[in-house]
Amino acid sequence: MRRLTPYLLVLPSWMWLGVFLVVPMAAMASVSLQTGNAIDGYAMTFSVSTYGDALGRYSTQLARSLVYGGLATVLMLVIGYPAAYWIAFKGGRRKSMYLFLLLLPFFVSFVLRTISWNFLLSDNGILFGTLKDWGLLPADFHVLATAAAVVGGLTYNFLPFMILPIYVALERVDPRVVEAAQDLYATRAAAFRRVVLPLSLPGVFAGVLMTFVPATADPINAAILGGTSNTMIGNIIQTEYLTNLNYPTASALSFTLMAVLLVGIFGYARALGTENVLQAAAR
Amino acid sequence: MRGVLGGGDRVVHGGRLGDRVLHAYTWLVILWLASPIAVMILFGFNDKQSKSNTTWQGFTLRWYAELLDISDLTVALRNSLVIAAVSTLVTVVVGTMLGLALGRHRFRGKGVTTFLVFAAISTPELVMGASLLSLFVSGNVPRDANTVIVAHVLFSLSFVVVTVRARVVGLDPSLEEAARDLGASAWGTFRQVTLPSIMPGVMAGAMLSFALSVDDYVVTSFVNGSTVTFPLWIVGAVKTGIPPQVNVMGTLIFGIGVLIAIGNAVAGRRRT
Repeated sequence: MRRLTPYLLVLPSWMWLGVFLVVPMAAMASVSLQTGNAIDGYAMTFSVSTYGDALGRYSTQLARSLVYGGLATVLMLVIGYPAAYWIAFKGGRRKSMYLFLLLLPFFVSFVLRTISWNFLLSDNGILFGTLKDWGLLPADFHVLATAAAVVGGLTYNFLPFMILPIYVALERVDPRVVEAAQDLYATRAAAFRRVVLPLSLPGVFAGVLMTFVPATADPINAAILGGTSNTMIGNIIQTEYLTNLNYPTASALSFTLMAVLLVGIFGYARALGTENVLQAAAR
Repeated sequence: MRGVLGGGDRVVHGGRLGDRVLHAYTWLVILWLASPIAVMILFGFNDKQSKSNTTWQGFTLRWYAELLDISDLTVALRNSLVIAAVSTLVTVVVGTMLGLALGRHRFRGKGVTTFLVFAAISTPELVMGASLLSLFVSGNVPRDANTVIVAHVLFSLSFVVVTVRARVVGLDPSLEEAARDLGASAWGTFRQVTLPSIMPGVMAGAMLSFALSVDDYVVTSFVNGSTVTFPLWIVGAVKTGIPPQVNVMGTLIFGIGVLIAIGNAVAGRRRT
């Protein structure tokens, strides 16, 4: 009985992860190899031509997603690192208060947060409407429906996921190590570059991992802030699946997206060790 | 820069200005992160007359009084809360079991299990939703609240596993051995020793999975059938204009969430 205990404990999870994570991937692979149409149904033909067609038609959106996701990730790193640094080294007794304030957006639904940006940035809303009334902005000035609005929205929405792992890594850095570097005549800049930065890299890697993937695959920001000319791959997959009922194309696109992203993820995970990534994800 | 000449106290001098700048900068980031929340709360009090709710037209409490007047929005919110409650319950039971097994036991297939937990966290939501829909379409499974619950358990599970596992690993096994030595049964030991010590991890996992469930749009949009949840309703209403009731609901959820978090932190501080 005692030897059976672990198996009884893992059985429900195995079933859940097996039936609803592993099997669906297989189902999706199978659907992506089918041909047919929404009205007559789809039949398995082991045709890989869907991949070529879908990529040919939507390569722009796929590339755009990678660019927007990449840009947003770089912005998050640049914006988030200094804040994480200051809280970790100078936050003192108020560290948890600052972290809590940074996490406040998590208490508002993702969708609502994005819509609030739509409010804030709307052409004649409280911000730009007022500035236009004062004559500080030309009447046709707008941010909504531009690439900047989408990248900005992605940066905003995922920023805490970048700050947290970097903070965790920096918080573990012993300040005495930095002092030692300075005692050995390193300038502040050199001490940062040669001591603090390398020690924080696992946090940076985890942060990049936790933000790049969801930002690239996110359909919400493009839908709410991007107008019609900034469609990302997530929007295409949703439309193909849910509106056009074009399951093979949607599956092929999902697979391609996942392949592109997962190759990156597991490359990272291999370099860092799975445990680190899991721990970072838990925080 | 002054430090080059100033000798010993250069760190302090060079540091102070930079620290002050970084301090102000951190507050700027916090303000940026909080600004859409402020807008959401503010426009829940907007006495708007026109259809759109983007310009300030005066203060009112009307939307709080008429909170539940949009019946399909109310249904959507209720759906979200019920789905979150049920999926959290399932997730916590299943996830705690796996967290215990991974943190305490050796068993065959542990590596694969850890990999699956990691894979479930790192699979993009979009791919998770699309693959689940592929399964349901292939198997002719009708989509409704049940398929949404299945999906929500799937994406929350790993987070509960990780938080519980972290707690189990930090637990001193001699406590459980002592309980057994004193004649407690296996179940009694679990209930009276193990469970209370891992409870903070379980609760953290539960809150996380509730929050993830209430918040989810992407996965749900694939597997919901005709069941509408709160985030789905909001996205559907973007084109026609978001009614202020949505802001009020968002404000109330925000307030309750913050209160729970603060209460939890205070209780945690009192325990230690």
